[in-house]
Parts: sequence; structure tokens; C-alpha cells
Amino acid sequence: MIEPLIHVQNLVQRIGGQEILRGLNLDLFPGETLVLLGKSGGGKSVFLRHLIGLMRPVSGSIVFEGSEITTLKERELEPIRRKIGMLFQDGALFDSMNVFDNVAFPLRERGEHDPAVVREKVARSLAMVNMTGHEHKMPVNLSGGMRKRVALARAIISPPDVILYDEPTAGLDPIVSDSINRLIRRLQSQLRVTSLVVTHDMVSCNRVADRVALLHEGRIHFLGTTQQLRDAQDPIIRDFVDGRSGETVY
Amino acid sequence: MRVFSIFSGLFSPILASLGELAMLAGDTFGSIARGRIRMGLTIRQIAEIGFGSQLVVVVTGAFTGAVFTAQAYFQFASLNMETAVGPVVTLAMFRELGPALTGLMVAGRVGAAMSAEIGTMKVTQQIDALRALAVNPVDYLVVPRALAMLISMPILVVECVGLGVLASYYVGVHVLGITGVYFVANVQKFTEGSDIMMSLIKGFVFGGLIVFISCREGLRAKDGAVGVGRATTATVVTSSLAILITNFFLTMALNILFPAGQR
Ligand SMILES: Nc1ncnc2c1ncn2[C@@H]1O[C@H](COP(=O)(O)OP(=O)(O)OP(=O)(O)O)[C@@H](O)[C@H]1O
Ligand SMILES: [Mg+2]
Repeated sequence: MIEPLIHVQNLVQRIGGQEILRGLNLDLFPGETLVLLGKSGGGKSVFLRHLIGLMRPVSGSIVFEGSEITTLKERELEPIRRKIGMLFQDGALFDSMNVFDNVAFPLRERGEHDPAVVREKVARSLAMVNMTGHEHKMPVNLSGGMRKRVALARAIISPPDVILYDEPTAGLDPIVSDSINRLIRRLQSQLRVTSLVVTHDMVSCNRVADRVALLHEGRIHFLGTTQQLRDAQDPIIRDFVDGRSGETVY
Repeated sequence: MRVFSIFSGLFSPILASLGELAMLAGDTFGSIARGRIRMGLTIRQIAEIGFGSQLVVVVTGAFTGAVFTAQAYFQFASLNMETAVGPVVTLAMFRELGPALTGLMVAGRVGAAMSAEIGTMKVTQQIDALRALAVNPVDYLVVPRALAMLISMPILVVECVGLGVLASYYVGVHVLGITGVYFVANVQKFTEGSDIMMSLIKGFVFGGLIVFISCREGLRAKDGAVGVGRATTATVVTSSLAILITNFFLTMALNILFPAGQR
């Protein structure tokens, strides 16, 4: 039996009286790509934020590589954050820096100051997300999808062990979406990156997922392969997979 | 009981803020002591804070010196004490007006900008992005600003006072007709190193107040654009009041170290 890389147990989070996570259990195994589905406002982004210690749970535990991270202090989380990359839902680019400096940021912060190396790596990272030629634009002047791709380039420039993608293909055209799906796959096969992909995009889900989890009412309602997801009879899963707005009259 | 609850209701938020400010300052100085200093960012902040603030500070100093000289002259001339104008204005500029006015101007110009910038980064998740990239926001944002402010403020205060004294000389001697030699001699006779020391210390302390208040307000901003506006207002109001209040206590304390009028 392989040890999970990330082991989440009984995670509970409440914000302002609203119970968002209600005892969430999930294991992420090394090298796999797990897709997390769930309805809008269901707490997927909130859950991802817990995995790199941006939020602290009310109760429950998150074990990363054998050590508990929910009790760590801000500075103690840094070594863990260096191993986990995160693509924020709306990119969270630094708006005072142009595209090049945004993508180069993680490299420079990790002590890479040779301009030739930085230029080379940034160019490669931007090429992977089809953003070559936009280096000197400022984030405010990019379209939503472009911003997302720059953020992705920033997240993968010095490839971490784990990447958390918050809707990597939302707002992208089908062609670019497809290249992002391939990229996620390639990072997995070539660099053994472990990925957690939050998405609403069933095409993307089917392309990248080794396993699929469905978050419903603050818990993991379903966990299995994409085939099991397609075959499931549970109405909650069916509504989600077939894209029906609940309360269906049969 | 009722009175007590009103008092605690009034003071506990103030105490909590003071506690948070002290923690932020402690965190910042801890990082500086451990050498977590980003030189490039610090230099950029010095240019922004120190260089960019010179014009306002110098104009403030010059016109305060000028108007103070005129008023002092009108009062002292009736007592035939015109030659006291120089030392009075100079001492007041060094000990009180220079540091306080510089502090207030810098709080308005730089403090507001700092909290708006950091606050915007907070509400647009850029601070979270920093944290996710294993970059500590205090190290990255607060340390360079604090260093820049603590270096720049004493220099700005000296510029403010310097221009105030020059303006005083110009108005006193060339406009109001005080004898130049007396003016200079009296200023030299009554101004000491301790007066300069006092203005440098005050500048340093006010710089610290401004930078930590504005960074704290920025870092805790929430609720989008409205929240950033709120943080900016709070920064200007709080740091101005903090400067005026601290100024009084600093004057009392520093007067023990560097007593005035003991020559
Ligand atoms: N900082 C916050 N303060 C208050 N409520 C919050 C905060 N962050 C998230 N929430 C609430 O938590 C719930 C879950 O939000 P979350 O962003 O995780 O949803 P999501 O599953 O990512 O949705 P989507 O698919 O639309 O991105 C929402 O009801 C949201 O209002
Ligand atoms: Mg989300």
C-alpha cells in the first residue's frame, strides 16, 4: 500500500456562521492526478487554500509527507509551500509587474539571478501555455484567459512536487484548453508531478483525471475513476455529470 | 460597572491595535536582524519615500519658518527683542515643528500610498499569492518600506528644518530688517547638538509609526475597493494622531536627556 502524499482527515471550516467544509476526507497519492468536482460556491477553492496553509481549519488534520501542517506557523509553512504550487482561480498576478517579471518571480525568489537562465526558463514556461510574445504586457492589459495562463506559467516555472490547479481551463477556448490539459498530463508523466485539479469542465476532467472526487455539502460524496463516475446512478452525481439543475422531474 | 464596560469597550480595540502594531514591528526588526533584506526593493522604496517626499517637506519647512519668523518678529519687535527671533524659530523648528510637520506630510503622502498599495494587493489575493510562493509578506513588503522610512525620515526632517531656518534668515534679515550678523550669532549661540539629536530621534520614531501603521492597515484590508479606501483613511488619521500624541511624550522624555535652555 502506498502512503498518501497528502492525507486530509475530517476537515471542518466555518466562515461567518456558514459551514463550508463539514468533515472532508481525501487522500492524494504521489504521481496521480485527482480531479475535484463540485458545485459553484461549494468550497473547492476554500479547500485548496487549506492545503498550502493559506487558511486554517476549525478542526481536522492535513498531513503532508508525514507531517501535520495545520498547526504550523506562517514561517514554518515555507518549506512546504516550496513543494506545492498553486494556480489561483483568478490568477492573482502581481499587478505591479509585467508578465515576464511575474513568471520570473519564483525563480528570482529562489536565488536564480543569472539573467540568461531566467530569460530562458521564462520563455520556456510561457511557450508551454501559448503565451510567447506577451512578456512586456502588464496584467491589467491581459484578457481573463491570458491572465490565467500567465499564472499557470508562474506556477510551473520551477516545477513543484504537487500542483493545485483551481479551474485551469475556465474561460479558455477549446483549443487552448486542450493544450492546458496536455500540459497537465505532460507534467505528470515527465516530472511525476502530483496534481489536484478543480474544474467544472467535464472534457478536461475526462482528459486529465486518474481519479475523480465530487465535493458535495462539505464532504467528498464520490471518489472513483472517470468510468465509475460516468456509470454512477446516484442522482446527485448524475445531475452534476449530465449538467442538470437538480430537482429534475423524471 | 457600566463605566468600566464603556472604558473597556473604548480601550480594548486600541490595546489590540497597539499589540498588533508591536507584533508587526517585532516581526520586521526580527527579519532585518536576520538579514532578510531585499536591497533592490529597499532602494526603490527610498527613492519613492525619501526622494519623492523632498519637495513637499521642503516647501512645508520653508513657509513654516517664514511665517513663524514674521509672527515672532511682530511680537518681539515691540519689546526690542528682534534678535531673539532667530534662535526662537530655529529651536522650535528643530525640536517641534520640523519633526511633527514632516511626519504629518509624509503620513499623508507616503503612508496613504503604502496602505492603498498593500491593501489592494491584499484584497486581490496578491498577498496570498506571495505566501503561496513561500515568500513572507512581511519580508517582501514591510521590511523594505520600514528600512526606507527609517533611513529617509531623519534626513527629511533635517531638510525641513534646514529650509525653515534659511527661510527664517531670509525673511528676518532681508524682509524685516534684523541685522544679519546678530541673527546668525544668536542662532549659533543657542542651538546645540542636542537640538539636532532631538529632531533626528523624533524623525526616526515618527517614521516607524507611519510605516507600521500603514502596513498594518494595508495587510488587514478586506471587502474590496471600499475596504482599501477605509484602510487608507484609517492610516492617515491614525498615524497623524499617533504622531501628535507621541510627540508630546517624546518631548517630555527627551527633555530629560537633552534639557532645553540649560546654558
Ligand atoms: N474569505 C471569505 N469570507 C467569507 N466567505 C467566504 C470566504 N471565502 C469563501 N467564502 C464562502 O465559502 C463558500 C465556498 O467558496 P469557494 O470559493 O470555495 O467556492 P468554489 O467551490 O470554489 O466555487 P466556484 O466553483 O464558483 O469557484 C462560498 O459560499 C463563499 O461565499
Ligand atoms: Mg472556486
